[in-house]
Amino acid sequence: MSIDAAPTVRVNDFAIKLANVNGTGSASANSLLMQAIFRMGIPVSGKNLFPSNIQGLPTWYEIRVNKDGHTARALEYDLMVAMNAQTYAEDIAAVRSGGYLLFDSSWPLDDDLHRDDVTFLGVPLARMCLENFAKPRERILMKNIAYAGAIVALLGIDLELVRSLLAETFARNEALRESNQKALRLGYDFAVETFDCPLPFHLEAMDSTTDSILIDGNTATALGALYAGATVAGWYPITPATAVMDNFTKLCATYRREVVPGANEGDPPTVKNNYIILQAEDEIAAIGMVLGASWSGARSFTSTSGPGISLMNELLGLAYYTEIPAVIVDVQRTGPSTGMPTRTQQADILLCAYASHGDTKHILTFPANPAECFEFTVAAFDLAERFQTPVFVLLDLDIGMNDWVVPAFTWDDTFVPDRGRIVTDEDLAGMKEFFRYTPADADHVAARTLPGSDSKGAYFVRGSGHDMFGRYTEDTDEYQEVVDRLKRKHAAAATHVPAPVVITRPNAAIGIITLGGCDLAVREAIDELAERGLAADYMRVRGFPFVADVREFVERHQYCFVVEQNRDGQLRSLISIETGVPIESMHSILAYGGFPLSAAQVVDGVVGLGIIEQLED
Amino acid sequence: MPSITKPLIPLAPLAKNELGLTIRDYEGAMSTLCAGCGHDSITAAITHAFWELSTPPHTIAKLSGIGCSSKTPTYFVRGAHGFNSAHGRMPTIATGAAAANRELTYIGVSGDGDSLSIGIGHLAHAIRRNVNMVYVIENNGVYGLTKGQLSASADIGTRPKKGDANVVAPIDPIMLGLAMGATFLARSFSGDKEQLIPILKAAVAHNGLALIDVISPCVTFNDHEGSTKSYRFMREHEVKEVVTDFVPEREEIAVAIGGRETRSVTMHDGSVLTFRSVPEGYDPTNRISVEEYIRDHQRLGEVVTGLLYLDEGAPSMHEINHTPLEGLNKLPFSALCPGSAVLEDLMSDFR
Repeated sequence: MSIDAAPTVRVNDFAIKLANVNGTGSASANSLLMQAIFRMGIPVSGKNLFPSNIQGLPTWYEIRVNKDGHTARALEYDLMVAMNAQTYAEDIAAVRSGGYLLFDSSWPLDDDLHRDDVTFLGVPLARMCLENFAKPRERILMKNIAYAGAIVALLGIDLELVRSLLAETFARNEALRESNQKALRLGYDFAVETFDCPLPFHLEAMDSTTDSILIDGNTATALGALYAGATVAGWYPITPATAVMDNFTKLCATYRREVVPGANEGDPPTVKNNYIILQAEDEIAAIGMVLGASWSGARSFTSTSGPGISLMNELLGLAYYTEIPAVIVDVQRTGPSTGMPTRTQQADILLCAYASHGDTKHILTFPANPAECFEFTVAAFDLAERFQTPVFVLLDLDIGMNDWVVPAFTWDDTFVPDRGRIVTDEDLAGMKEFFRYTPADADHVAARTLPGSDSKGAYFVRGSGHDMFGRYTEDTDEYQEVVDRLKRKHAAAATHVPAPVVITRPNAAIGIITLGGCDLAVREAIDELAERGLAADYMRVRGFPFVADVREFVERHQYCFVVEQNRDGQLRSLISIETGVPIESMHSILAYGGFPLSAAQVVDGVVGLGIIEQLED
Repeated sequence: MPSITKPLIPLAPLAKNELGLTIRDYEGAMSTLCAGCGHDSITAAITHAFWELSTPPHTIAKLSGIGCSSKTPTYFVRGAHGFNSAHGRMPTIATGAAAANRELTYIGVSGDGDSLSIGIGHLAHAIRRNVNMVYVIENNGVYGLTKGQLSASADIGTRPKKGDANVVAPIDPIMLGLAMGATFLARSFSGDKEQLIPILKAAVAHNGLALIDVISPCVTFNDHEGSTKSYRFMREHEVKEVVTDFVPEREEIAVAIGGRETRSVTMHDGSVLTFRSVPEGYDPTNRISVEEYIRDHQRLGEVVTGLLYLDEGAPSMHEINHTPLEGLNKLPFSALCPGSAVLEDLMSDFR
């Protein structure tokens, strides 16, 4: 037994948390650290846990580094950067025993906040900035970069790398660049002179992110819409989805705008936009615009969050029943009602699956990260036009608004979009008659005409009862014929939505089903369970309707868990309703407090059921 | 909505328009509205307007919401593309459709319940956006399909067939339009085809949203004594001072029939609109004068009809958004997808 008191060195495996005040400029310092770690080639995640507020309330940022790629949210923090006096008590309590706390020592810390098992690192940030910067705003902002400088030294982040990142960020503003570089150096030098740098847990460069990018899901989704060829977007501002359209607007302005020189010399150039983005009066109008545009044959989408989906329900039913394509991006946040707009959840699953009154069923896709946001958004447009129906891309706030390390996106230039079954004027010329909802193909989809086509193909889109010819009806058989086909059509989409990801282990008695952003936490939990001698199979559903594999996965396992981020086990219910497996054959593991899932919550959920004991018996 | 196919009975040779089509080619299914319904007269006016304009039927998109008025697109231009949407939401669908394909003529038919209650927000914003469409409100002051409840356009003192007289302020779509920055505002009466047809034709030629409020008596629920939307009330209280002629681009203006004052406005497509008769002090291009005039007459219990306001110079939705002339739905995928090289380049922004 060693009596060496030196702490264990841990390389590229730790978590830090930064406690800040909203609106003080901490976000840029925090993402600077995150980006530097990413550039060092180390798997990393950054999660912004922010309030629904512009200025003044507490906000936190968590960075997790893990050489094996386990970058789901950690619940134990090796280093706390306590920059918010309002939350000192809870922040100090959150530090792991044996961990560190960095605070602004310009003012003394209350004695009762002290912990014997935590090392306190005081950096006089406010004083430093007061002495070195003249402008009041700068004195506040530069404290952030100064603490980043101290962290660079404490964690062994490559200083030159950080300097070059600042140079890139402030390439066009010399004054700001100089201030930032100076503040960085102040914090860095103080830490090097005062503390034993680096700390026992620290970073060493790797090469695991060479082919990766650091991107948030909202940006990735906007890129997907751009590449899918979306030309019409209707939307209404809502947290956390707003950045989808902000990014789409920026991308379109760059890649879809043509500046045509004036016809004669001296004439001003004219702008031609190969897109239109309409900020609607509400989400009802947003989806209405999407339907109008999609009816006309343009690729069209909207982005929103739960409250917006609630409003869209009426027209989603219209789209379903009249068979009009639509792509709806739902960046889920914590409900019900206004709920917690800046917190994450996966609680719109059932809402979206069955949106609107009457018998409806929709196609859903569940991306787990920004790479899948890009991929699934492109796929959603194909699915919507192929099946002539609304298709949802269900992100959540964690995926949408946080930066993720994912493989760089690629594009296949031979890609041809699936525009679905459309009858052209040439087709009409060879047809005796055109009917909107018959004949249907093997996927139960009938061909449509677009407005503007020859009068032979003119028909009435109607949300009222209609028969397979598109005519108004109140006749039982005629009505049922259409809605029964719609049910079959929905079922046929099962093999066209992204297939589940399955990872099996030999002799696994338990199976864990999950979706979306739970991915990393669940896979980490499965590794941890394996270390405890419990083998678990993994299935991540990526689309609805479900393929038969989902049912088989549940039936195959003695114990099946469904891990999701909502109170009521919505995915579990949906699986039971749609596949017929008894709901009792699945155990829920739920996290719905508004923060991203951690592996520990999954492990606790499995272990808490007493399975280990039962399996050992 | 239920509809009955209209038997095509060959009658005496009918006049043909420039496309060689007769008025029959612009009709739709048989109306299932009540006999004498004002809406059917509006349907007839729309039918005539499109026939006279020689608009190819397949280039017309007719949209509606829910209600008696919203049934009527079935009854005109059978060769047009139709969309009967949800209650109050027609403007949103029309906005999206017009945004995607600017080559068609869009006509939305709505009612006072559809446009002034459940869908008033959408109407207001469609006006603000100046969506390229004709927007007809068939205004009868009541909800017909649900049997006679008063709507938001019912005047104070109006008595429903059952129950108490209305005591809350009515919403006037023309006043709403003036406040929202509308660029074409007209009011007419379903019983006056002579006035309505030229207004409809001018509305089709207008670049932007043309709002036409047509008082259209409901013979079943709102044509009784005490109603301000009855045939009798309209015949007694209509003030038809703003009289217009619409001359399509192709025709020469033969005679501008004299009146107190004439004033011509060239429409976006080159056709000419002549205000044959406007009262003194009234300027149909001046928002304030229009508002004052209508209010003054409202105080006297009079309903002013005609093409009341026109701003042909304002940019429409397409000009505001710089959309391409050929329609967004016509753009090939190759013009929309930036391709692999751009993506690879873009990726460097995220490293």
